[in-house]
Amino acid sequence: MPDLAIAASATDSRLLLLFEDDNVLVARMRIRAGECLLVAGTEVMLAADLPLGHKLARRPIAAGEKIVKYGAPIGTATEAIAIGTPVHVHNVKSDYTPTYHLMDADKPGAGA
Amino acid sequence: MSMAVATGTAASVPSRVAQTETMRGWLRSDGRKGIRNTVVVAYLVECAHHVAREIAIPFREHDVHVIGFPGCYPNPYAERMMQRLCTHPNVGAVLLISLGCESFNKYALEKKVRDSGRPVKTIVIQAAGGTRKSMAEGRAFVAEQRAALDEAPTVEMDPSELIIGTVCGGSDGTSGISGNPAAGRAFDQFVEEGAACIFEETGELIGCEHIMAARAVTPELGAILEASVAKAARYYATLGYGSFAAGNAEGGLTTIEEKSMGAYAKSGASPISGLIKPGDVPPHGGLYLLDVVPDGEVRFGFPNINDNAEIAELIACGSHAVLFVTGRGSVVGSAISPVVKICANPETYRRMEDDMDVDAGRIIEGRASLDEVGREIHDLVVDLARGKRTKSEELAHQEFVLGYKSFEPIGPACLPV
Repeated sequence: MPDLAIAASATDSRLLLLFEDDNVLVARMRIRAGECLLVAGTEVMLAADLPLGHKLARRPIAAGEKIVKYGAPIGTATEAIAIGTPVHVHNVKSDYTPTYHLMDADKPGAGA
Repeated sequence: MSMAVATGTAASVPSRVAQTETMRGWLRSDGRKGIRNTVVVAYLVECAHHVAREIAIPFREHDVHVIGFPGCYPNPYAERMMQRLCTHPNVGAVLLISLGCESFNKYALEKKVRDSGRPVKTIVIQAAGGTRKSMAEGRAFVAEQRAALDEAPTVEMDPSELIIGTVCGGSDGTSGISGNPAAGRAFDQFVEEGAACIFEETGELIGCEHIMAARAVTPELGAILEASVAKAARYYATLGYGSFAAGNAEGGLTTIEEKSMGAYAKSGASPISGLIKPGDVPPHGGLYLLDVVPDGEVRFGFPNINDNAEIAELIACGSHAVLFVTGRGSVVGSAISPVVKICANPETYRRMEDDMDVDAGRIIEGRASLDEVGREIHDLVVDLARGKRTKSEELAHQEFVLGYKSFEPIGPACLPV
């Protein structure tokens, strides 16, 4: 695991790129809905709050495509995901076991 | 029992920091050294739990810890776990509390402890005349042992004599970025120094088993590591629920494989020397995977019903201390071995600083590097053997869980020489 010094080119400094091959970025602090972000050279507006530790698409991801984080597949996109869109349990499924989460974890702003 | 003990705080435990700058430990008859000199009060069935707890309460901040097995029916795994825990290098004396009609082989356990050179006493509640009499007898024994242990001499200890475990709990999207890889850096440093390091929870390695197997010191061991993860995957599939809690999703984790990649980071980058099962003590320094998932058919429910069951197993393998990485904010500690809480999430750290030993969230905020925090974790563990206390010790945490399981012995390829 490299240090977090990998700079994503033309990407907001509040977003982390963990591995060069990743198609998602990770929020290093909470970013509020309505904010404009630069994601790999594209300006996007965040539709919902992105809490610390949550993911966002680094580039357009097709339905059925693998989500890659830490340079490894961590699941499959269940729908097409536009660049700059939050990537979480609503648009990704595990290739192993389903993800169970409480309904109260679905509350607005929880990142889902 | 003196009032000083009854009202004592963590500060009443003699500190070794001022005495010496080197690591100090208590030498046991098997050659291992402990960084704590704990009195264990162990109940041998849930029916004896209350009496055990009542005996320990006046000493709760004075290194007297309650452990136990709640089951009434025999289970070789649980008996082995109890034997390993009661003869752990951090344990100096043992009090066993039996109701009297449970099936636990108390005299076999008592003999093991006595053979290890430790003072031991068994109180059978039915024979002793009930709760009050058992409590009085038990407290007298504990007070006597505590006083003797506080005077016991220590010897010099080297980092190569340490066994360190690691576990993550209350994980979120930060755990795999800051806390777990920092713990992994500390592991790399300890392995380099000749210590034994143990990581675990094969159910949280699902999806990275092939990457892990490539790090095994022999191809045979690599195949065994992969098989242990496949066993975990089958186990969870049968139960219908993976090792993934609701809070993991709220914290940004989306799938078990994402959680796995984060959890795997705490193993560091050293070659993997072997696979052990609960209660197996690593034969020499190196990095080991602890296979916590029972062998055979799915029989007893979830492999570990919570983090504390995993901590107990790491300690049963001889861990002097346990590195616990949390993102959401776990507060647990443990009986017997200090638990170092490494907080991966800077927001959680600011909210729960009283429970956290290490602020690994600095890595995410760009205020420290992985190497810096890794060294800090390493040095903190060394300080534990100079008398420093963890936050969970100061707060007198002593969570403990032990349930039914069954394991087959490990094969020769599990520990290639």
